[in-house]
Amino acid sequence: MRIVIDGKKVVLDGCQVETKECGEKMLTELYRRYVGDYPKFFKMDTLSKLGFIASELLLQREASLRGVERFVPSEERGVIMGNRSASIVNDREYEKTIQKGDYYPSPALFVYTLPNIVTGEIAIRNKFYGESGFYVVEDKETLMEIVRSSSMKAGIVGWVECRGRNDFEADVELI
Amino acid sequence: MIIKVSDNIISPLGVGSEENFIRVSKGESMLRRHEDAEGLLQPYYASLFTERRVFSELCIEAAEEALWGCGVDASSDKVLFVVSTTKGEDLELYHSSEKIVKHFGNKNGVIVVSNACTSGVCAQITAARMLNTGKYDTAIVVGCDIQTPFIVSGFQSFKALSDELCRPFDGARRGLNLGEAAAAMILRRTDDIEEGQWEYVAGGIHNDANHISGPSRTGEGALRCLNDVRNGGFGDLAFVNLHGTASLYNDDMESVAINRAGLGEMPVNSLKGYYGHTMGAAGVLETIISMKAVEHNIVLGTRGLVTVGTVENVNASNENRSCGGNGFVKLLSGFGGSNAAVRWRIKR
Repeated sequence: MRIVIDGKKVVLDGCQVETKECGEKMLTELYRRYVGDYPKFFKMDTLSKLGFIASELLLQREASLRGVERFVPSEERGVIMGNRSASIVNDREYEKTIQKGDYYPSPALFVYTLPNIVTGEIAIRNKFYGESGFYVVEDKETLMEIVRSSSMKAGIVGWVECRGRNDFEADVELI
Repeated sequence: MIIKVSDNIISPLGVGSEENFIRVSKGESMLRRHEDAEGLLQPYYASLFTERRVFSELCIEAAEEALWGCGVDASSDKVLFVVSTTKGEDLELYHSSEKIVKHFGNKNGVIVVSNACTSGVCAQITAARMLNTGKYDTAIVVGCDIQTPFIVSGFQSFKALSDELCRPFDGARRGLNLGEAAAAMILRRTDDIEEGQWEYVAGGIHNDANHISGPSRTGEGALRCLNDVRNGGFGDLAFVNLHGTASLYNDDMESVAINRAGLGEMPVNSLKGYYGHTMGAAGVLETIISMKAVEHNIVLGTRGLVTVGTVENVNASNENRSCGGNGFVKLLSGFGGSNAAVRWRIKR
């Protein structure tokens, strides 16, 4: 199963998911329509929201198509993701809060200045005790080489790139 | 099998793995109180270079010295660079790490492992796995982070920094000290191992599935990592080198995890009292220092520790202790619920 998201549209296993909004508002729209019961979503940075929504739609589809029960703790399942620009969007946001004359660093913002937080968010939501990891690499093919070499046999893997709050793309699979 | 053919450390304590080990074994540290010239940051304790260093230049210097005399052509398409960092240079992790491979004329691109504070161990594991695919025969693993107001302010906002020298595992520990360093290891896939060489035995990476900014109280991820490197038993280990940041929750978590893994009696230590928490460098630097310690048959003392006061007991001391054994486990944990362990064994 595969989901492809960009700032304007969402395609789940080849079928476009209907959305009205664009950019981060589209992620919120998807959250309200398909998730709704996980308010931590609103604390997440854009990169984490993107990875979270991608994983939710994939796992919901698995639950409905294959009857797999959700939120059952799993030893095998993990989350491996990657991109080119790490957590740069939230890093720049945090940077603005530590300027001279305008110094108010926030722990809630600082924690998202690491790209592997998105993999942690997905592992926590789904009780995936398997491998979790984030790689900053040239392209998705390099990431998939790393995934194939890993011991992870099941879970969420894929590319989550975020260059701005409304400029992002995800290409994520459930394996 | 995967072996380590060379290594190097550049830290405020010195240049070269050997010099670093000697200074650590004598109990030296460059942890000092620092004040921010801009007046934004509260005073903090950290182990910093006396002159401002640039991430990519420091990584290149560390790798060059490690490469010296080991007959590796770093520009070869059979050589892979794996960089471990949390912030790189100006927050551009890929771009700044790419400068390193470009310097060596390597065209394979670079893998940057960004798994918070576990990155240095994850980088070793990733390098070993990529070597085992057969596509590469040598991996150059470089771990590095330079401290900036970005990092210090963030940890201060979390109230994670100690207002004194850090005290890993101590009942009165008050948080961590930060540090900066670069460390490099050259790994190679081979069928032969010589006496005195180090073999990569196993590695494990697991999520706590608990919280993004605090460890699992029951050490779920760390326990699973220890089980991954159990490999028939822990009987030949000299010690387990823990993360031991001196934060209340981390050290408690580790004490629970190692007891659950049946390692309550095993000698353990933390090197944070010598170097502070060197973030992306930590896993690589602490692995190299642990190798040297096993070669010298000692468990390095946990500098800063007075009286063990973790929720479960740990067999730690502030003095160097002699030991047997021909291997060790290095454990790390970090934000995002990440945990990682790697096990190395020396051929005697």
